Amino acid sequence: MRQTDVVIIGGGPAGLAAAARLWEKGVRDILILEREHFLGGILRQCIHDGFGLTRFGETLSGPEYAARFIDQVTEMGIPYITDTTVIDISEDRKVTASSRGGILEIQAGAVVLTMGCRERTRGAISIPGQRPAGVLTAGVAQSYINLQNKMVGREAVILGSGDIGMIMARRMTLEGAHVQAVFEVQPYASGLPRNIEQCLNDYNIPLYLSHTVTDIKGEERLEAVVVSQVDEWMQPIPGTEREYACDTLILSVGLIPENELSLAAGVRLDERSKGAVVDEHHQTSVPGIFAAGNVLQVHDLVDFVSMEAESLADSVARYLADKGLLECGLEVKTDGNVTYTIPQKISGTEDFKLSLRVRKPVRNACIRLSQGKNIVLEKKMLKVIPAEMIQIPVKAEKLRREKDLEVSVIW
Amino acid sequence: MAGFDVVIVGAGVVGSAVARELSRYNVHAAVLEKELDVACGNSSRNTGMLHAGFTYKPGTLKAECAVEGNQEFDQVAKELNVPFRRTGKVVVGFTEHDRENLLKFKAVGEKNGVRGMRIIDKEELNRLDSGAGGEFAMYVPDSGILDPMQYTIALAENACMNGVEFYFGRKVTAIERAGKEYLVRTTKGDFQTRWVINCAGMYAPEISEMLGYPNYPTKGFKGEYFVLDKKAGKHLSIPVYPAPNDKGGFSTHATPTIDGNVLVGPDSYVTEGREDYAVTKEHLDGLIADGQKMFRHMKREYFIRNFAGIRWKRYDPETGEILDFLLEADEDKPNTVNLVGIESPGITCALPLARRAVKIVAEREKLQKNPSFNPCRRGIRRYSEMTTEEKKAAIAENPDYGEVVCRCENVSRAEILQAIHNPLGVHTVTGIKNRTRATMGRCQGGYCETRITRMIEEELGITLEQVRYSREGSYMFTGKVREDK
Amino acid sequence: MVREFTCIMCPLGCDLRAETGQGADGNDIIVTGNTCKKGMEYAVQEVTDPQRNIATSVLVTGGELPLASVRLTRPVPKNRIFDVMGEIRSQKLTAPVKAGQVVIADVLGLGSDVIVTKTVNAG
Repeated sequence: MRQTDVVIIGGGPAGLAAAARLWEKGVRDILILEREHFLGGILRQCIHDGFGLTRFGETLSGPEYAARFIDQVTEMGIPYITDTTVIDISEDRKVTASSRGGILEIQAGAVVLTMGCRERTRGAISIPGQRPAGVLTAGVAQSYINLQNKMVGREAVILGSGDIGMIMARRMTLEGAHVQAVFEVQPYASGLPRNIEQCLNDYNIPLYLSHTVTDIKGEERLEAVVVSQVDEWMQPIPGTEREYACDTLILSVGLIPENELSLAAGVRLDERSKGAVVDEHHQTSVPGIFAAGNVLQVHDLVDFVSMEAESLADSVARYLADKGLLECGLEVKTDGNVTYTIPQKISGTEDFKLSLRVRKPVRNACIRLSQGKNIVLEKKMLKVIPAEMIQIPVKAEKLRREKDLEVSVIW
Repeated sequence: MAGFDVVIVGAGVVGSAVARELSRYNVHAAVLEKELDVACGNSSRNTGMLHAGFTYKPGTLKAECAVEGNQEFDQVAKELNVPFRRTGKVVVGFTEHDRENLLKFKAVGEKNGVRGMRIIDKEELNRLDSGAGGEFAMYVPDSGILDPMQYTIALAENACMNGVEFYFGRKVTAIERAGKEYLVRTTKGDFQTRWVINCAGMYAPEISEMLGYPNYPTKGFKGEYFVLDKKAGKHLSIPVYPAPNDKGGFSTHATPTIDGNVLVGPDSYVTEGREDYAVTKEHLDGLIADGQKMFRHMKREYFIRNFAGIRWKRYDPETGEILDFLLEADEDKPNTVNLVGIESPGITCALPLARRAVKIVAEREKLQKNPSFNPCRRGIRRYSEMTTEEKKAAIAENPDYGEVVCRCENVSRAEILQAIHNPLGVHTVTGIKNRTRATMGRCQGGYCETRITRMIEEELGITLEQVRYSREGSYMFTGKVREDK
Repeated sequence: MVREFTCIMCPLGCDLRAETGQGADGNDIIVTGNTCKKGMEYAVQEVTDPQRNIATSVLVTGGELPLASVRLTRPVPKNRIFDVMGEIRSQKLTAPVKAGQVVIADVLGLGSDVIVTKTVNAG
């Protein structure tokens, strides 16, 4: 069986950034496995601009952002294989992949999970109604329109204020479709303010908060959706139904880290983040298996995906050199206002970057990290919203080696 | 259009079974179906149970066909190469009243000829399925699970390879007697035939009337279902039913599917709409509440999809009593076989009913056996079910097997290609899905649908505007983003 | 006139309020709600001359992909977006196409180029 120091599962932004950083750290025996024909992952279809401001200090389109890393990987000569789908990973890091050339079996020294995420579907949120054509997720619409030159409809309604949904609202409008409105079941938007401004307000597309689709009509192609206002428990309020005639319903109702391969490898997942439980080295519950990017937590900006993967690469290089990493015995616990944190485990002896999301928008919030009575740090923020991933660097000197770390939001 | 000996109206499981049984004879037969594929109605909108037959009144056609169909199914599944597992079933009870009902149905089952039923205690119940609730149960070893869609496809494909012609997108609008023949008018051409067999499912009463039989009253009992992720399927190995009510009906239950998912449902309520397949919030909410009692892994994170089906039962308008399956062939409506009110357990009963229908035609026509009839049909070999060694061999022989198109269900390009070029000439995205399981996983086609639609275009040489999701008007694309002018 | 909008200069998303027609000659703009200088500049820009970038696609013939994605090298006035779209829509490229390649120089005289953002090889 082929032996490789590091096998990277997925050649999207996280995988590419991890590979390039590993190379810089002197790791040479790397293999990237990509199921698509091209490297770049989802960025290939994200043709809008706004990527790279944090990482490169300029604003790029998705394909350009990806190309920065692809060019780097190519110049370094890092081996990669496309058109190859990993179908299994074992607990002892044996990777099995399928391609037209046959079955590839590799014994990896370390496995880097960078598979990204998938979209939540109509079935997952149980939208009632009939089952016509014309109901599709924003990412699928994006793929058809931006990669395959196929227009998915003319008269659209969008459910969910996720970023891709708003971006597709603008994209379809630019291509001559009419987007009637975006409906969001929560009382606040789930996407970024920038997209509300530039994708919706610019094109006079209204955003209705606390509204959801309660019926889908059409025996063959979508004919109409019924939208209702919801109460504070997100239950539709009878009598508020309004029908919108349309041929397309775009769903942008959330992203879920794609962890089926992680589960096959025995990696423990976090119910809250839907990604792996990782320590400050991005190492999962299975030694030698690491995770970063959207497979670990759904990010708001790709820049942070790259940076997270680069930080992972530093740890993997150390893992290979030292034949293991420092044990992380302390848990990171959250209060009811924090959706999740990454990492979930720390050593208490090293610097690390804490990522978290809040459950609801709060003004003049304070994010407090504490160990028992010891306050590690407090970060005051004018405004925190669930759409944004909050990142806080934590210094080892502030930490104690015993007691779990508690993260809370107070205001 | 050249005349047929027999026209079968409807390509549901019954119509497809009749077609298959008819193809044992030298006969020129056609199946007319209004949809673009087989089993688009209630044949595929059910629990996928091979019923044992312990709730049906002894002596009825339902009871007779269910037991017959159940007991022969191992052989049928083998011939038609359809996935099937004789899982057995437990019907659990909590109270003394439940126990009485179970004993009552055990006696009914025994009278019908159901084999091996026995009452088991809690300990044995837990051994059979650790997740099953209940103090005791009736264990029915003969019950099984199958994929009703795959089964219907297999019947139709076997009929097709033995000479029966399938015509999709033809809704029968009128049937006229022209001399010694019938002229069956459809939305897409007329068909001349000597015999007509009505297998129109929920529309059987309308076809019945066209043939000169009564427009039998039927009542639609609609039920909604949740399909759960295969992750939930790991917790359920055997169908677990609550004790039937006094009339033999079951409330919401959890059933493992042959593919490893779990179905939770159906509930039951009356509907007027012949094809009222819309799911409703009210009933889905009800299923969540009831389903959690039967199956503790009924969690939102496992929801993949939901659907509804309708059992159109024939009933007596005077008494309201639900009536048996009807299979009739009146001399004064020459050369007709009329099947009305075929609902649950229609999957189990399809072949026994088909044999009875075909027997009528064969005897009156003195049909000759088809010497080249082959009862065996091969399905599409699934990549996901191969061992690593088998995968290597399959790819070496056909590289398309190595290209994974559907990530969730591990469906290869080879399987998609075989599905696109299926013997029945079905070209819808749903048709590909039902033949391969592509798009049926947890991402619901988020990854593979864009590839499948492209493959349909390329393989069939059609334009993107011609791609259909499921039905005639279910177009997926309105044109190109950029036209090459 | 008063306009209220969310600042998009950073993730903070301040709620800006810009009042035009202020001052003696009516040319002043009063911005409130911003917490930095960038926010102030953005608000003034938004009420005087809002500018936007566009991302879309151009048809490619003979390529491994049917479309090449494009964007503008610098933003154009917001009210010219659909005019620029019209110009881009009529373009056609022949593979190979390189990222960075100019499709339309100085589109509609607005001082911005339409450039390819994805390399499409011949295929």
